Amino acid sequence: MVIRMRDPFATLASVQRAMDSVMGGDWLGTRTAGGGAYPPVSVFNDGEDFVVVAELAGVRKEDLDVQVRGDTLRIKGKKSVAYEDKASVHRREREAGEFDRTLTLPAQLDAAKVAAEYRDGVLTVRLPRAESERPRTVAINA
Amino acid sequence: MAEQVALQQKKELNPAQERTEAGRFFSPYTDIHETAAAVVVTVEMPGVDKTAVDILVEKGVLTIKGTVDAGKYESLRPIYSEYNIGNFVRTFTVSTKIDSGAISASMVDGVLTVTLPKAAEAVAKRITVN
Repeated sequence: MVIRMRDPFATLASVQRAMDSVMGGDWLGTRTAGGGAYPPVSVFNDGEDFVVVAELAGVRKEDLDVQVRGDTLRIKGKKSVAYEDKASVHRREREAGEFDRTLTLPAQLDAAKVAAEYRDGVLTVRLPRAESERPRTVAINA
Repeated sequence: MAEQVALQQKKELNPAQERTEAGRFFSPYTDIHETAAAVVVTVEMPGVDKTAVDILVEKGVLTIKGTVDAGKYESLRPIYSEYNIGNFVRTFTVSTKIDSGAISASMVDGVLTVTLPKAAEAVAKRITVN
């Protein structure tokens, strides 16, 4: 399913519906390895590429470490929540700590072409398939 | 290894008033702490640009709204998701001891910090005994 833009207000709703339809699916199945359930991730297809998006509000870019090897993506880092000295805390809902999560994708990745962007607390990693995983057109001899 | 971040599922908003806008709203995770001079509200709104934040203080109610840009997901086809995206909204009742004219806010890495300075008469004064 491709999300099409009809008007700017409908885009969000259609993205939400599309994400809902794959929510909790078994696409990664038992493929997630390594410790931790944080950060929650969403995986998208953009043509032949995979796009992994994770929400990491409050994590600084310097504290993030993204590694790719073979068919795995590893996201690790730490999130800290600090208050000024002598502050009394009325409400504390934000969580802090370290995280380390490894995802195994169903194709070998081209590590040299992986691009990661971190903006407004959202990490977006674009993972192109390795050349060997791309479909090849076979010439048919007459 | 140090303590791990606990997984927090996004809380969907269940508002008293129904909304006319399409799409889902989430209630952002918020910390509130108080120092001698101010009350500081820290709100996690990943994916919200600082220009897409709307902070309103009206009749003693602080409303924080963050709009996400769904445009970047437009051409993508979701195949697996563990969370959903949406706009964030949360309201707080503000004490009258807040100087509402001097409220300031900043946004770093998807975390909005709203500083609500205490009004002059509310700041505690220490009295020295002669």
